[in-house]
Amino acid sequence: MLSMRGIGKSFLGVRVLSGIDLDVTAGEVHAVVGENGAGKSTLMKIICGVHAPDEGTIEIDGRPTSFGHPLDAQRSGIAIIYQEFNLLPERTVAENVFLGREPVRRGLVDRTAMEQATERLLDELGEGSFGPREAVKRLSVAQQQVVEIVKALSVNARLVVMDEPSAALAEHEVELLYRLIGRLRERGVAVLYISHRLREVFDLADRVTVLKDGSRVTTHPIGEVTSDELIRLMVGRDLGTYFPPRSSGVGETRLSLRGAGNHKLRGIDLELRSGEIVGVAGLQGSGRSELAKAIFGAEPFTEGEMTPSRPRSVREGVALGIGLVTEDRKAEGLALHQSVRDNALLVARAVGGKDRDGVHDLLERVRLSPPRQDQEVGYLSGGNQQKVVLARWMTMAPRVLLFDEPTRGVDVGAKAAIHDLMRELANDGMAIMMISSELPELIGMSDRIVVLRDGRIAGTLPAGPSEEAIMRLAAAEVVS
Amino acid sequence: MKRALPILAVLVVLLAAIAFVNPFFLEPAGFLAFAKRAAPLVILAAGQYFVIVSGEFDLSVGSLVTAEVVIAARLIDGEEPATWPVIALLIVIGLLVGLVNGVVTTKLRVPSFIVTLGMLLVLSGAVFLWSGGAPRGALSEGFRAFGRGGLGPVPWSVLILLAVGAAAIWLMRADFGKTLMVAGDNERAAALSGVRVHRVKIFAFMLSGLAAAVTAILLGGFAGVSAQVGQGLEFSAITAVVLGGVVLGGGRGSVLAAMAGAFTLEALFTLLNLYGISGALEFTVQGVIIIVAVAAGAVRLPWKFTPRKGDAHAAS
Repeated sequence: MLSMRGIGKSFLGVRVLSGIDLDVTAGEVHAVVGENGAGKSTLMKIICGVHAPDEGTIEIDGRPTSFGHPLDAQRSGIAIIYQEFNLLPERTVAENVFLGREPVRRGLVDRTAMEQATERLLDELGEGSFGPREAVKRLSVAQQQVVEIVKALSVNARLVVMDEPSAALAEHEVELLYRLIGRLRERGVAVLYISHRLREVFDLADRVTVLKDGSRVTTHPIGEVTSDELIRLMVGRDLGTYFPPRSSGVGETRLSLRGAGNHKLRGIDLELRSGEIVGVAGLQGSGRSELAKAIFGAEPFTEGEMTPSRPRSVREGVALGIGLVTEDRKAEGLALHQSVRDNALLVARAVGGKDRDGVHDLLERVRLSPPRQDQEVGYLSGGNQQKVVLARWMTMAPRVLLFDEPTRGVDVGAKAAIHDLMRELANDGMAIMMISSELPELIGMSDRIVVLRDGRIAGTLPAGPSEEAIMRLAAAEVVS
Repeated sequence: MKRALPILAVLVVLLAAIAFVNPFFLEPAGFLAFAKRAAPLVILAAGQYFVIVSGEFDLSVGSLVTAEVVIAARLIDGEEPATWPVIALLIVIGLLVGLVNGVVTTKLRVPSFIVTLGMLLVLSGAVFLWSGGAPRGALSEGFRAFGRGGLGPVPWSVLILLAVGAAAIWLMRADFGKTLMVAGDNERAAALSGVRVHRVKIFAFMLSGLAAAVTAILLGGFAGVSAQVGQGLEFSAITAVVLGGVVLGGGRGSVLAAMAGAFTLEALFTLLNLYGISGALEFTVQGVIIIVAVAAGAVRLPWKFTPRKGDAHAAS
């Protein structure tokens, strides 16, 4: 139904897309994969009318079309579901679904019609866990996603574009998403599915298009490619061994906790040693991020011992040689309007570090590409942003570096680079703690894995455990 | 420098327009007279810039200027020897008012808009109570020299302006300025990198108070003692800063552009004056500028947000 030919787009003289051809047929799930910066989001925005292409043609059902406005695309039957939902939390499901086009009877909103129509669509999707009158803020992230999809269906969308739909979902919620996409396919709706997670691409897609550096590399029926081939096509090289080799030399203890706790954590015993990467696993809410923030001094421990000493503030943590790469780069890590240099030098400036010229070498060492210091950080891809945060902590040559989800929202190539760097830093004698909800990463990187549950350490596993072993410790109900 | 270019271009156009109507403006004496008139507002705008770029407001500077001038006249009361001690006192008061604004804003978490609005009322009420509406006393000749006299042909106020401007630019390049900017852009990220966010913000308020004290010293000599001397200056300063392209909310804009914005505003007033348009329109003009400048910034919003969403602009 959708056919794009030779699409090109530049921003501020930077070429982001060139010569993209893409066909989507009715009832097809078409995955688009590529590293960050490959042009996926820009392509999606062109399809949805947010950006107009500089060149190329778009045809819908064989008719040439041009979208001047997102509403034009919507009228043509295209709906997008962004990573961050556009829902009003205080309003009901039905109100959100019909936002801006409420059915009217005698000058008043016809709530009954609205709710019935919503109910019908929910039924069609086989969603019985909530009704049209539920307030959106009471729904889980997965349920909110359902609302977005219902919204798309209610405007008779024939193509639904999903941007990283599983990023915010827990493992079991992803299954619901799979089911929804199955229903969409049955209804003859086409789905354009953007994801970093290759497993989902193989589970869901009929065809996959690989983008790299703003061009289309290839489009394949899913049965004709393997996961390794896809990765190679995306990064243009063979990743081979995905994770750097473990080190053998574990050195002195850099930091140790005895019975440490605060409002979220209880009785934590933990040692971080030079040369070692300690992985931290646990479900959402198990206290993983809190552990990192407590060690760092941002949400200090209020009880127990920590050697060399227990930091009561971020500055005390930094003075102890502890650094924290936060989970949420945009909210807690970067000043998006400032330059790469100003972001990388932030810690040095905050604590009066002297060496300012070394930052150039550090940015090269973290393989920032291109290593331009004057660029606004907000314009960089997720991987490059993370490298800037890493360089920031390296300016103070920390003794202990804590990573909270270091590769979330980072493309495959940058991910490998960050993994290499973490191992390199450990080999240089740093003690590293890494929180991750991606089990393969945790298993591949860690020399030891600590599993948290309800603010306590549920157990510690040696290098290379199975995913099941971790999950067994993380989830209480499996213990019996 | 790059960020100051648009406003500098506007300034040049306005200056050319003034020179076209009034050729005297092109002579050194004519231009220096303009610079002298603009100096107080430019200094005040530089102070305001620090507060705005940190994500806050300082509405108290106008009545702080009035209070300082009234205090100076009463304490000096025409006595030449009292000049320097009083100047020192004025500077201390300016810093102190900034300190209070900053501490209440950061430690007590009261929005700065409210804190400094309260301070505006407190100060103007205090001045009224103390002076009974008609300031008493007189400034000394030595005090007035800062606003009126000069070193040869160059007015003192212009020299002071140059010194303040250089200091402001230097501060913004130093660690303080860089951390202040980050604190205005993303306070949480700054705090999690060890920046003492409260301290830098309090310092920004103190700089604004200091700038108000210096402005008061210049205006006392230039405009004389009255209970209206600082009226509306807080809005002129904010207008100037916004005109310079500094974003309300913090994290973006240069101090040079903010000062150029103040010059531009002054040039605009001069031009209106030359065309015989009533000075009463000044407030209206400022109001329009503030709204238009902020709206112009807001219109860019969708464009600005794209890089945050994902990788649209990331390819390079």
